[in-house]
This record gives sequence, C-alpha cells and structure tokens, in this order.
Amino acid sequence: MSHLLPLTVQGAETTHRGKRLVGPIDLTIEGAGATVIVGPNGSGKTTLLRLLHGAARLTHGEIAWNCPMDEAQLHQAFVFQRPVMLRRTVLENLIYPLKVRGTSKREARKSAVAWAAKIGLSDMIDRSALVLSGGEQQKLALARALITAPKVLFLDEPCAALDGRATREVEVILQAAKQNGTRLILSTHDMGQARRLADEMLFMLGGKIHEFGPADTFFEAAQTASARAFLKGDIVE
Amino acid sequence: MADIWLGLSQAFWLVITFDAELMEITLRSLMVSLSALVIASAIALPLAALLAVRRFRWRRWVIAILNALMGLPPVVVGLIVYVVLSRSGPLGVLGLLFTPTAMVIAQVIIIVPLIASVAHQALRDLWSEYHDLLISMHVTQGQKVATLLWDARRALLTASLAGFGRAIGEVGAIMIVGGNIDNVTRVLTTAIALETGKGEFALALGLGFVLIGLAIAVNLSIHALSRTEVEARW
Ligand SMILES: Nc1ncnc2c1ncn2[C@@H]1O[C@H](COP(=O)(O)OP(=O)(O)OP(=O)(O)O)[C@@H](O)[C@H]1O
Ligand SMILES: [Mg+2]
Repeated sequence: MSHLLPLTVQGAETTHRGKRLVGPIDLTIEGAGATVIVGPNGSGKTTLLRLLHGAARLTHGEIAWNCPMDEAQLHQAFVFQRPVMLRRTVLENLIYPLKVRGTSKREARKSAVAWAAKIGLSDMIDRSALVLSGGEQQKLALARALITAPKVLFLDEPCAALDGRATREVEVILQAAKQNGTRLILSTHDMGQARRLADEMLFMLGGKIHEFGPADTFFEAAQTASARAFLKGDIVE
Repeated sequence: MADIWLGLSQAFWLVITFDAELMEITLRSLMVSLSALVIASAIALPLAALLAVRRFRWRRWVIAILNALMGLPPVVVGLIVYVVLSRSGPLGVLGLLFTPTAMVIAQVIIIVPLIASVAHQALRDLWSEYHDLLISMHVTQGQKVATLLWDARRALLTASLAGFGRAIGEVGAIMIVGGNIDNVTRVLTTAIALETGKGEFALALGLGFVLIGLAIAVNLSIHALSRTEVEARW
C-alpha cells in the first residue's frame, strides 16, 4: 500500500501579504479512501488542497509525508478547479506526464490511448485540447492526473463544469482509482457527490477546519452547529 | 512616378535575366541575414524562456535592458563592432573586419534584443497559463523551458521572422563593418544606398523591389516549412 501516508500537518498556515488565507491547520490523513472537503465559497478549500500538495507557500507550521518530500511529490497529482490544458492534442496532453518521467514513447502512447477511451475521448485524440468543451477538458485533466497512477490525488471541484452524466462518469473513474489504492482528497460543492464518494468529511469555514471525521458521522450527526446548518443548505458565514 | 515604373521594370529584367551581380548580392544578403537569424534565435529564445520561468535577482533589469536595446540604433552597433574588430581593437587579430562574418556579428547584436523581447512576452503569457500544472507535475527546469518553447513555437517563429526582417533591411551597421566592398561584402541594402548616392534611382528602386520580394519569399517559405498555418489549432 501507499507508503506516502500518513500525511501529518501541524499548525500549517499560508499567508499572502500578511493576511492569513488558511490555518492554523492540524490534520492527519491516513488509510485508504477519499477525504471530501466542503465549505462555502472562499472558506479555503482550494488553498488547503494546494497547501497539502505543496503548491501554496507554507508560511508557518509543518507538513510531513511518511517519506522524503521529493519522493512524495513524485507520487501526487492535482486536478485544478479550472483545468489547465497544454496547447497540444488530447493524446499529447495524456502522454506529457509520462514523458517527463521518462516512460518510453511506445508505452506512453499505449497508455494514453487506453485512457482516452476510458474518458470517452477516443474520437478526439488528435484534436487540440483547447477546442474541447469544458466538461471534456475536465475529464482530460483527470485522466492526465491518473495516468501516472499517483498514490495521492488532489481534486479541486472536479465536477463543477460537468452535467449529470459526465459527473457519473467521473465518479466511476474516481471509485476505480480508489479501489486501485489511490488516496483521494477532493473538494466539492455537490453534497450528493460528497455522500457518494467520501469516507472522511472535512468541513472548512473561514480558513479553518471546522469539523473533520468519518463521513457517516458527519452526515448523520455533525458535531458543530455550523456544519449542521451547512448540510441543511443554510447560508453559513 | 516614372521612377517607380522604371524601377519595377528594372527589377523585373534583373530578375528574369538572372543578372549575375544581382544574384550574387542577393545570395549574400540571404546568407548573412539567415545566419544572423539562426544564431540570434539560438541565443534569444532560450534566454527568453529562462527569463520567463526563473526568478533571479537581476531579472527585471535584464528585461528592461533588453527592451531598451530593441531600439538600439544600428549605426551605433556597427560602430562598436567596428572598433572591437578593427586591427587595433581587442578582437583585431581575428581579421574579421570587412568580411561577411563581421556583418553577421553586427546583425546578431541588433536582432537578439528584438527576438528575445517579443519571445519573452509570448512565453511569459504561456508560463502564467502553465505554471500551476507544471509545478504540480514537478518537471525539471530544462523540461519547463523545452515545454514552453515547443508550445509557443508559433509565436516564437513570428518573433524570429521579425528579427529577420530587421536584419535583412538593415544598412547602417553592415555598411560600417562590411564596407560595401564589391564581390565581398556588398549586399542588397548597401547596394541600394550606393546606387541612390550615384543618382541611379531606377536601379536602386529595382534592388529595393527585389529586397521586398526576398523578405516576403523567406517569410512564406518558413511558414510553409513549419506548416504552422495548416495545423493552426485543430
Ligand atoms: N493567491 C491569493 N492571493 C490572495 N488571496 C487569495 C489567494 N488565493 C486565495 N485567496 C483568498 O483566500 C480565501 C480562500 O480561497 P479559496 O480559493 O481557498 O476558497 P475556496 O474554498 O476554494 O472557494 P470556492 O468554493 O469559491 O472555490 C479567499 O478569500 C481568497 O480570496
Ligand atoms: Mg476553490
């Protein structure tokens, strides 16, 4: 199993121009499954994900993986809220992460073709990724992240631009990744999705973790009033 | 107006009779400026990519200086290269003054800032688009630069061709370092200057039209070679 975990976070903060965006964060992520981060807009979900991934500056505290940092970084991937497309074809987008790791051309291509099929883009592999629809781009970004079989995958609202059917397709892929031992850490505004995917729930509010625990407990009996209100669909500030 | 018609017909005749002298100076123009283009691109493009992805202390200064050098008067470049290459200058022993090599050197100095500045703009925009993804993928510095150069190749080609246009149309610097010596360093622009000086306007105009035609032909063939217009975006 994954030797990256547990991930231990102690008093982690990220500040921008003296303003604290998130933190202090104390958190341990271990075991298999999916941790789903929820919370209102601006509560710090994206920033927390980036911080854990090492893409936001850690200005205070500590983030430690169960292995050296550079090794941990090699086994992570990130799917952004707004997908970043390389100005290349669909196939070349899928090949890219394998190529930078030194995978042979033939193998990379084979695996890219297989992933294109999995996300239903087989007909478009030679098209520029820039002309895909928003949903297709999001699926491509997901496949490009999973193609290296990361041990930990961060996803920032992976289904925000998707319709019901595409959301289901993405969730099938995510469930499969989970089965294969990829640890998922994702944010979402879709409570249905959170219920379907989460093993652990993390509720963010005002840049801090407000509640963190097993998913069923969270949905049945959230500890804090604000989490209960958020689940009911009330506006929480 | 009569001069222009005369010039056009002169150009026409010079071209269709394969005038030996015209062929020679046209070829020399082409060789000098293409060499300058290749060398300048090899310097300017990686430099532009490094400026886009690396945050080093003097970065802002380098960019500001590059932008300022874009407007560098060619005569001044010519003068400096002349002094450096002249017999008593630091590189005088190389004996390069009044050779096509000296002209290439001057043109490289003139167009590197132009190519680097234009390329830097394009690469910086692309980098801001790619930044998060490439950081997340932990690509090496070399892979970053290679990715940016490859994915911005259309814009870079335009930058290089702008440099070529400036090089082939330039006269001040190569006049000084080349000397406009018949059969050795005479190129289209210096020949035009010479004929104009002699009052041979029609011939000068003829050469001018050949120069314009040449610039267009080079642009078109480079675009065709790289098939950039065909592959466009899909
Ligand atoms: N680079 C930055 N510079 C300044 N402020 C930032 C930066 N990144 C995030 N913030 C601020 O930090 C706070 C948290 O932002 P974040 O993007 O993490 O929220 P979020 O929970 O992902 O929101 P959403 O649900 O809208 O995606 C916001 O107030 C945002 O404006
Ligand atoms: Mg967000």
